[in-house]
Amino acid sequence: MSARGNRVQGQNNVLAEKSLGGNELAAIIVFSLLGFAWICIAALATTSEYSFHAFLLAAASVATVFAVGNRYFARDAYTPQELPDGKPNYNMGPVKFATIAAVFWGIAGFLVGVVIAAQLAFPVLNFDTAWLSFGRLRPLHTSAVIFAFGGNALIATSLYVVQRTCRARLAGDLSPWFVVLGYNVFIVIAGTGYLLGITQSKEYAEPEWYADLLLTVVWVVYFLVFLGTILKRKEPHIFVANWFYLAFIVTIAVLHLGNNASIPVSLASSKSYIVWSGVQDAMVQWWYGHNAVGFFLTAGFLAIMYYFVPKRADRPIYSYRLSIIHFWALIFLYVWAGPHHLHYTALPDWAQTLGMTFSIMLWMPSWGGMINGLMTLSGAWDKLRTDPVLRMMVVAVAFYGMSTFEGPVMSIKAVNSLSHYTDWTIGHVHSGALGWVAYISFGAIYCLVPWLWNRELYSNRLVNWHFWISTLGIVLYITAMWVSGILQGLMWRAYTTLGFLEYSFIESVEAMHPFYVIRMLGGVLFLAGALLMVVNLWLTIRAPESDNAAILQLQPKTA
Amino acid sequence: MSLWAKHKILERNSIFLIIGILIVISVGGLVEIAPLFYLKSTIEKVEGMRPYTPLELAGRDIYVREGCYVCHSQMIRALRDEVERYGHYSLAAESMYDHPFQWGSKRTGPDLARVGGKYSDDWHLEHLNNPRSVVPTSIMPAYPWLAKTRLDTKEIQTRMKILSYLGVPYTKDMIEKAPEDIQLQAAKDSSDADDLRSRYPNASAREFDGNPGYVSEADALIAYLQMLGTLVDFKVYQNKANMR
Repeated sequence: MSARGNRVQGQNNVLAEKSLGGNELAAIIVFSLLGFAWICIAALATTSEYSFHAFLLAAASVATVFAVGNRYFARDAYTPQELPDGKPNYNMGPVKFATIAAVFWGIAGFLVGVVIAAQLAFPVLNFDTAWLSFGRLRPLHTSAVIFAFGGNALIATSLYVVQRTCRARLAGDLSPWFVVLGYNVFIVIAGTGYLLGITQSKEYAEPEWYADLLLTVVWVVYFLVFLGTILKRKEPHIFVANWFYLAFIVTIAVLHLGNNASIPVSLASSKSYIVWSGVQDAMVQWWYGHNAVGFFLTAGFLAIMYYFVPKRADRPIYSYRLSIIHFWALIFLYVWAGPHHLHYTALPDWAQTLGMTFSIMLWMPSWGGMINGLMTLSGAWDKLRTDPVLRMMVVAVAFYGMSTFEGPVMSIKAVNSLSHYTDWTIGHVHSGALGWVAYISFGAIYCLVPWLWNRELYSNRLVNWHFWISTLGIVLYITAMWVSGILQGLMWRAYTTLGFLEYSFIESVEAMHPFYVIRMLGGVLFLAGALLMVVNLWLTIRAPESDNAAILQLQPKTA
Repeated sequence: MSLWAKHKILERNSIFLIIGILIVISVGGLVEIAPLFYLKSTIEKVEGMRPYTPLELAGRDIYVREGCYVCHSQMIRALRDEVERYGHYSLAAESMYDHPFQWGSKRTGPDLARVGGKYSDDWHLEHLNNPRSVVPTSIMPAYPWLAKTRLDTKEIQTRMKILSYLGVPYTKDMIEKAPEDIQLQAAKDSSDADDLRSRYPNASAREFDGNPGYVSEADALIAYLQMLGTLVDFKVYQNKANMR
């Protein structure tokens, strides 16, 4: 894309004088100062772990200064917003980077998932080593799949979709790169931090204060890039996928700030204390936690559905009105659902009841989204036979429907009294995470890579194999967790005829072993499927550029 | 103009759309979270709650560092089997000084809200070093490095100071004496322990990890585990007075 842009500028602006942009100058100054500050902190740090992070951040800052400098020498004097033929000069570099990052982190996250699944079946695999212990690896797995894999998939698709549906080049010059690179630096800091024992131990919000601050800055810039592109749009209407992306970006910012409000012990310490305590912290945490599900793992990926499913099926979205209703209903109702994670706890009953009520109501807009996605296929159902990518996305939407039905059921207090604290929750999460989030992402990535690199996908048969192997993995995973979860819950509350508790806790642990092995096998299959995707994408990108007209029509015409 | 047509305003104006989103997502959070800060019934009236001793706090920070919450809850629900298995259901008051809360969401291992006093220090030490030596079918990772690692106490006073800003009732005196209190509590019972108990009622002081050489991370973690759930005096707790 940039080569094309350069060529155009070469023709049109031969005489334009190149000068250092204000943004470049600012970036060089800011990152030089940041690099210096982090070196100072590295020297003052109270622990070697934090010192290591400070050096990493210093290195990233210095690398940024060099990258901005290099880019200045390499770039043309001026980047046009449009190509000579009137098509927007799309900025796809950051999109490509985030797409590859999503694939990379996906594999890493699935692999760690398999490792920790194996640890639960065979505890010897903890190797009596701090950084390999389950307690440190489990947050690494959740963050890697949710924030690294899912986050990069969301950033890649959102920056792609917003350009295409607004018919405008991405706003900002350095800032889109800052978003994708800064976000991945955050991932590295967060992930290595867990291994080193740097964590807040707030579920799905484990990164410590300095990683949180970095993410806040990255997120604000992400928001501005996204909004700036919308403001530049050539289309009068904001496309429905962008509503969902906006709700995702805005709400995640609010949740992140609210839940991570903390005071660092000092600048020289990686430790901080959350300002909330006890029951209030619990409520804030699950307001955050459940809406990380609602807005990160749902709204964001629904945006993917709203662009990629119609595009791939070559059909319009089923119902425009349904999309309006389910959008507003979804974002309104989701926020209330958090307390269903705290049934029968010391959270006041009124809050629990509200959480349950809204969780049940949430079923409706969730299925509204599912129906809108599935019915978009009407008239194109035959494509499921021939297009495994579309099949993957449709099955994703079906899994979305299934887990958004299971969720409200589990939020009912009576059901929750059995399911809470058990593997049933883990199974539920994975039917959503593997079936919905990962599948819709895989589908989008299978679409994006050929579009971005202007290639034909190397093999549809490999996609087919990916689909079936992973699906088998998901089925093994969730069925194992249903059985183990319900078994666990029943064993904990089983009474003998004399009125004593029937099982000791450790007996319930022993009973889990076979299911933990099956779950691990499910995970291995899912990982194997994803590795097939890597091979497929690698061979796609390595192949020579395609001149297939069917693919080129999705791309702007070249000059 | 129909409602659908009115929606066009939001679809054509990104700023209105963002404002709309912000309003819609604010309602639920405000209604559910804000009252918890002013409704007096949120946190029960109890006898016996005190802030963690410096050693217990250091132990809790290790609990947080190792991610124990991913497998252990600290929240006994008000259900018959849980109360019989673990003890009195947890009160909000019992975690009111917890930054962050560690109620957890999963019981791969048992609940720890009232584990204090249920096992001996030796058992805990052995269990941390090699869980399968005391519970043969346990799947818990071993934490042998805790007993071998000297407790880092450099930051303890700053940490307590930060917590006191956040509302934990640490007095100046407590913060000042924190380093000595750590030594006091991790040493064999001595007459000085009374001094510690004047600041932290009912704190137990002893050689938690059986190694008198230095205060280890295991000392701190076991001190923390042994006090979990033991503070509130349920003999005088008025269940009916705290209906919510």
